[in-house]
Amino acid sequence: MSEEPLIRWDWIARNWANGSPTAISVLLENHVVTAFLPVLLGLIVAVPLGLACVRWRWLYQPTAALMNVTYSLPSLVLFSIFLSITGLTRSTVVIPLTFFALAILIPAVVDGLASVPDSVRQSAVAMGFRPARRLLLVELPVAVPVVLAGLRVATVSSISLVSVGALIGQGGLGNLFIDGWQRQFYTPIVVGIVLIVVLAVLADGLLVLAQRLLTPWSRARRTT
Amino acid sequence: MITFEGVTKRYRDGTVAVDDLSLEVPTGAITVFVGPSGCGKTTSLRMINRMIDATSGRIALDGQDVREIDPPTLRRGIGYVIQQAGLFPHRKIVDNVATVPYLLGWSRKKARARAMELLELVGLDASLASRYPFQLSGGQQQRVGVARALAADPPVLLMDEPFSAVDPIVRASLQDELLRLQSELRKTIVFVTHDIDEAVKLGDTVAVMRVGGRLAQMAGPATLLTEPADDFVREFLGRDRGIRRLSFISAKEVRLSPAPSALVIDEDGRPLGWRTGDGLAAYGTFNPETDSLRVALDAALLSPNGIAVAVDEAGRVRGVAGRDAIDELLAEHAPPAAGPFRDAGSPRAAGSPPAGSPPGGSGAGISEGVPT
Ligand SMILES: Nc1ncnc2c1ncn2[C@@H]1O[C@H](COP(=O)(O)OP(=O)(O)O)[C@@H](O)[C@H]1O
Ligand SMILES: [Mg+2]
Repeated sequence: MSEEPLIRWDWIARNWANGSPTAISVLLENHVVTAFLPVLLGLIVAVPLGLACVRWRWLYQPTAALMNVTYSLPSLVLFSIFLSITGLTRSTVVIPLTFFALAILIPAVVDGLASVPDSVRQSAVAMGFRPARRLLLVELPVAVPVVLAGLRVATVSSISLVSVGALIGQGGLGNLFIDGWQRQFYTPIVVGIVLIVVLAVLADGLLVLAQRLLTPWSRARRTT
Repeated sequence: MITFEGVTKRYRDGTVAVDDLSLEVPTGAITVFVGPSGCGKTTSLRMINRMIDATSGRIALDGQDVREIDPPTLRRGIGYVIQQAGLFPHRKIVDNVATVPYLLGWSRKKARARAMELLELVGLDASLASRYPFQLSGGQQQRVGVARALAADPPVLLMDEPFSAVDPIVRASLQDELLRLQSELRKTIVFVTHDIDEAVKLGDTVAVMRVGGRLAQMAGPATLLTEPADDFVREFLGRDRGIRRLSFISAKEVRLSPAPSALVIDEDGRPLGWRTGDGLAAYGTFNPETDSLRVALDAALLSPNGIAVAVDEAGRVRGVAGRDAIDELLAEHAPPAAGPFRDAGSPRAAGSPPAGSPPGGSGAGISEGVPT
């Protein structure tokens, strides 16, 4: 056992794509899907919900409170709640992670809209924009940098949280940790950690790139 | 013409921002609303384009009640400029300027061509068109704000402290630019400021408001300076009213004398200085065609002998005016027997109640002048 090296390259080569459902490449793919689906779903829900919170101020407090409670629950608790509903499926991981994403994205949308300078909103009104067009053509585009910043946080945390799903066999690369601990075999653990970090860095990089392309007008770009 | 008839605005919290305001904003001229902070200038302005709706009273645009017009439609026909410019940060300058044309459904090409025309009109280089607002200085942003407000050629322009946030030098050049534009465009402009000097410089008519949204006095700037309606207006106008008033009297009628030999002139006829025992002394010049009496007096004060040099556009000497010549013109334009007891009879704000109205009314200039 003390002879066991930190990493066995031959094991990686044999297990990268061997046709089994636990091949590293399959786990990687699962991880990506399980991590991004919640962020995507979260964004789709957060934009209208965030808008509603801005439109009806009283809605924001309870929504934020609910999201914070969700966020503070250990992910395991959420998983076990959904386990009893959705069983050993991907949904059992995706649904709680969507709540986590929402806890970050709803405030991001609300803060984003709040970041629209009052003078900009006022002048849009004064130019003769009707409310829907003003929202679509002025307020939402101006809110984009703040929303994207939230999206970065949500994406990275989602990528790392997926691993917990390994406890029900839906943890993507997280499954490698369980495998490694059970066998006191380090290679899968190292592979899992490295791939998750690479994935997170890559996703964040892509979002930064998107930010630059989408908001060339953003002042923040000069300072970051 | 924009007409306020007994307009009152009471906010939900009970604040009366504008109280029974009645006045007329003439077509094709600059009308300035001036008064201390919180006196209801912004509220008054925004009731014109219905960003705020009046609680009672009526505002009419060329006779039509603004409340009969759908707000976005109304606003597309009224330019609006604010202090922080309020440019859209995510749109290039050219598209910022083209905002209202786009809203009106112009083609992109036509709207952009119009925007480029306007950038030139407000004195901005065409190379700025493809920049974003954050890449412009405050003064440039303010010019873009003016261009944007003018893009669809609205007959009415509302300006809310548009030059208050820029430094004094830029402010002065923006003011001059506005006057130049206005001499070409002849828009109906309502200009809001808390700066009385700006009001007097820009306004064809100045409406002085006091806190509580009441009209204290409405008059041309020269009249305002000579005949403030009451202590509030007098205090608001500040010191030097007498001197500042001279800005509104043309120096055209100053009697010129031939230049004395003591004035040294170069071969082109331009002044070099006053000959004194030990060389040339400073001199002051004014152009009778374009300058005011204030400039002429200033020029006289700058010369050791109290004689102002009159020059033409090219700077060539046309004659001189001594203090006696300037005094003659001053006497001609002396204020009509100014004094506290004259104030009751001075021109007063449109719509203000006649003398003898109940105390506390918005009557201009009656507070101290009514014999008891
Ligand atoms: N939305 C509002 N609700 C309540 N009070 C307001 C509101 N807007 C302005 N006021 C009050 O109305 C008065 C006039 O405000 P405003 O028109 O902005 O003055 P000004 O532009 O001359 O500084 C002030 O006392 C201000 O506090
Ligand atoms: Mg104001």
